[in-house]
Amino acid sequence: MDMPVPDAAILSRKAAIVARLRAVLPADAVIDDPAETRAYECDALSAYRARPLAVVLPRSTAEVAAALRVCWEEGVPVVPRGAGTSLAGGSMPSEDSVVLGIARMNAVLEADCDNRYIRVQAGRTNLSVTGAVEAEGFFYAPDPSSQLACAIGGNIAMNSGGAHCLKYGVTTNNLLGVTLVQMDGTVVSIGGPFADAPGLDLLGVICGSEGQLGVVTEATLRILPKPEGARPVLMGFGSNEVAGACVADIIKAGLLPVAIEFMDRPCIRACEAFAHAGYPDCEALLIIEVEGSPAEIDEQLAAITVIARRHDPVALEEATDEAHAKRIWLGRKSAFGAMGQINDYMCLDGTIPVSALPQVLRRIGELSRDYGLEVANVFHAGDGNMHPLILYDANKPGDLERCEAMGADILRLCVEVGGCLTGEHGVGIEKRDLMGVQYRPADLEAQMRVKDVFDPKWLLNPAKVFPLEASAARRAG
Amino acid sequence: MRPADEAELSEAIRGANGPLVVRGGGTRGLFGAGEALDTGGITGVRLYEPAALTLVAAAGTPLAEVEAVLAAERQRLAFEPADLRGLLERDGVSTIGGVAAENASGPRRVQVGAARDAMLGVRFVDGTGAVVANGGRVMKNVTGYDLVKLMAGSRGTLGVLTEVAFKVQAQPEAEATLVGEGFSAASGLAALRAALASPFDVSGAAFVSGQVLLRIEGMAGSVAYRAGRLRALTAGDWTLVEGAESAALWRAVRDVQAFAGRPGAVWRISCVPGEALAVPQALAAARVPHEALWDWGGGLLWLICPEGQGRVIRSALGERGHATRVRGDEAAPALPPLSPQVAALEAGLRARFDPRGLFAGGRG
Ligand SMILES: Cc1cc2nc3c(=O)[nH]c(=O)nc-3n(C[C@H](O)[C@H](O)[C@H](O)COP(=O)(O)OP(=O)(O)OC[C@H]3O[C@@H](n4cnc5c(N)ncnc54)[C@H](O)[C@@H]3O)c2cc1C
Repeated sequence: MDMPVPDAAILSRKAAIVARLRAVLPADAVIDDPAETRAYECDALSAYRARPLAVVLPRSTAEVAAALRVCWEEGVPVVPRGAGTSLAGGSMPSEDSVVLGIARMNAVLEADCDNRYIRVQAGRTNLSVTGAVEAEGFFYAPDPSSQLACAIGGNIAMNSGGAHCLKYGVTTNNLLGVTLVQMDGTVVSIGGPFADAPGLDLLGVICGSEGQLGVVTEATLRILPKPEGARPVLMGFGSNEVAGACVADIIKAGLLPVAIEFMDRPCIRACEAFAHAGYPDCEALLIIEVEGSPAEIDEQLAAITVIARRHDPVALEEATDEAHAKRIWLGRKSAFGAMGQINDYMCLDGTIPVSALPQVLRRIGELSRDYGLEVANVFHAGDGNMHPLILYDANKPGDLERCEAMGADILRLCVEVGGCLTGEHGVGIEKRDLMGVQYRPADLEAQMRVKDVFDPKWLLNPAKVFPLEASAARRAG
Repeated sequence: MRPADEAELSEAIRGANGPLVVRGGGTRGLFGAGEALDTGGITGVRLYEPAALTLVAAAGTPLAEVEAVLAAERQRLAFEPADLRGLLERDGVSTIGGVAAENASGPRRVQVGAARDAMLGVRFVDGTGAVVANGGRVMKNVTGYDLVKLMAGSRGTLGVLTEVAFKVQAQPEAEATLVGEGFSAASGLAALRAALASPFDVSGAAFVSGQVLLRIEGMAGSVAYRAGRLRALTAGDWTLVEGAESAALWRAVRDVQAFAGRPGAVWRISCVPGEALAVPQALAAARVPHEALWDWGGGLLWLICPEGQGRVIRSALGERGHATRVRGDEAAPALPPLSPQVAALEAGLRARFDPRGLFAGGRG
């Protein structure tokens, strides 16, 4: 993975740039001591690091605009940062960049349950958005596993999803409006607590643009009334194929669980050893959750189990109470942690048409043998969003490179069967150089034209998303 | 011009030397002057996987054909695109590309979102003749920028759609509508908001001709249960209408049948639900005869009134919504005004996707 060579002219002007930032921001909002900027040198893709020129931590839209204006005038790249939990290197800085962190902007500006929206500053964490309306019986639906830490601004930039997005959609389906600051300091307000902002759907393009179009400082989000209850059922199957066929039949039957999670044998074993959730020893496991009143849940689960039984499950276990439900989810929720215990791993995120599931799992097994690296699969089966975890040993020379090569092969496979490189984690630096697998040059050109409009100097998070050679001329200015 | 495929369309656009008027079936949207470019030759359902809930169709495919293909598998487009031919006094065949380009979304918007939320991928030809693909056919996709959303509702001003991929939905086992009588507009709209703030998963919430309409869909037992709970939520005179009779009620709401064939301007207003009375009250204060009906829990207001009221309507809305004139003629622009910052971004996008201004007619 390459990053552009840092601009020596910018590095040499560091003191002057920092002084200009200090002139427009409060003293505690500008950090340039390398001991302190170190905390910002990477995100959750921690294999790649760079110490930024400086970090700014504004508290308001006006301060964000002032900081961006300085960087725009100085021609300094800016990397927006929420909580730094990106798995794609989205918030990883370059040495010649200023990190603009929004963590201090975490206020609730307005919560209106009667009209079902909340307006927050973009640094507010995902979970604390729900926290602000929970007492009134509402919640914010997109629930990435990182929700305790990740910021709404990061969610918007990555168009993040979660386990429950099968029913409720991902960030873009729950976002009503934003305040966006462009690189030159222009403040734009788009949308609001009503349907469809007038004009082109700019909100739809900003969501998922990975911090390349502007810095989101405020967001209006759809909130939903909490369901009466929820209950998971656990099913074990003799093969990945059979589990995949069961998922297809459930969807085809028109049943809409809120979540359908899939784990294969290597993943089940690791989770079991780690969390002791009492999972059956089998080839593939599904956790299916439905919502509603107790009677509605019974009705849905009855229909789901009828379908499941046709596929000869080796285990079928409906949660009998709250503690049981927690135990069923426990293993799944600790999957990444469990993997981290036994190995270093790389988490992929390709999406495939659900019909291609058995074929793709078979092929991943073959690749795993060819590369001599173990793979555990845990993913959102209802929408085909795979999360193959490739296990490797960071201390073994060449292992990371082999793992990355195998990851690239798996992502190519996802695209080949009609899917895509990333379902929810984003492109960042991680999948940047694979974009050509999914998109032709004209397709990438159309996307880059959008950035030309929002950020003509290509200063916002410039070395991400697009293959470096595709964006080279634009980045050179 | 009526190109037969994407390549011919690209040729036609490259060769064009004046404004084009892109039309699917000519049933919706605004039309300026220019040479007609008809997408009706680019047709066909290209992929349909019921078990993956995905359908890909060429943009010129008639909406009715897509709906028939889905119905054969007991599936549907969840966002229920309206048939506004009666309201707009047009005939013609509505195409799936037109639906996408208008982001045409019906009553189920409150539960499943708009057309744009069901769109998974697009192919289009921009104003330079370049063929662009974006998105795909899978449910979750954050690979690169989401130009699918940008194209949804762009009314053909950035390029001509040639193919659209949709997420589709299974038809529910049962459908029913609670019909409430004896409500004022204020109490009826409050009942809609209360229903939408409940966990009972309402899939339609409208106030039409003094009646509150609340739709519930799903498994039979669940529909009965939720209807009971919703009825208890707000005091009123409720009756339950089921099956085809319920479906007919929502077709009427969706297509704004109440205003079809009547003289006057028709406005489509998107607003904060709690402020859904602001515009009618302003018109009443100005003694302008008008009639309103509300969908989307009050968030969508359809209004019929004499022509010439655009300014009154927009000033009553302020920043809390926006109004589009879909029928009638007057000095106030049909489309809502944009802030200077948004207008600048739009102009920039148009300059890049349509540098020769071929599609300017769709701007209204
Ligand atoms: C353990 C773990 C589990 C995870 N589970 C999930 C999951 O289930 N689903 C999922 O989708 N993701 C998941 N993620 C990935 C990650 O949490 C999401 O991508 C999240 O949205 C990132 O938010 P953040 O605040 O940490 O953003 P950061 O990592 O700080 O930034 C992410 C991107 O957003 C940009 N950005 C941040 N703030 C702004 C802003 N205000 N304006 C403009 N751009 C901005 C950055 O430049 C960067 O490109 C997981 C990560 C971890 C570590």
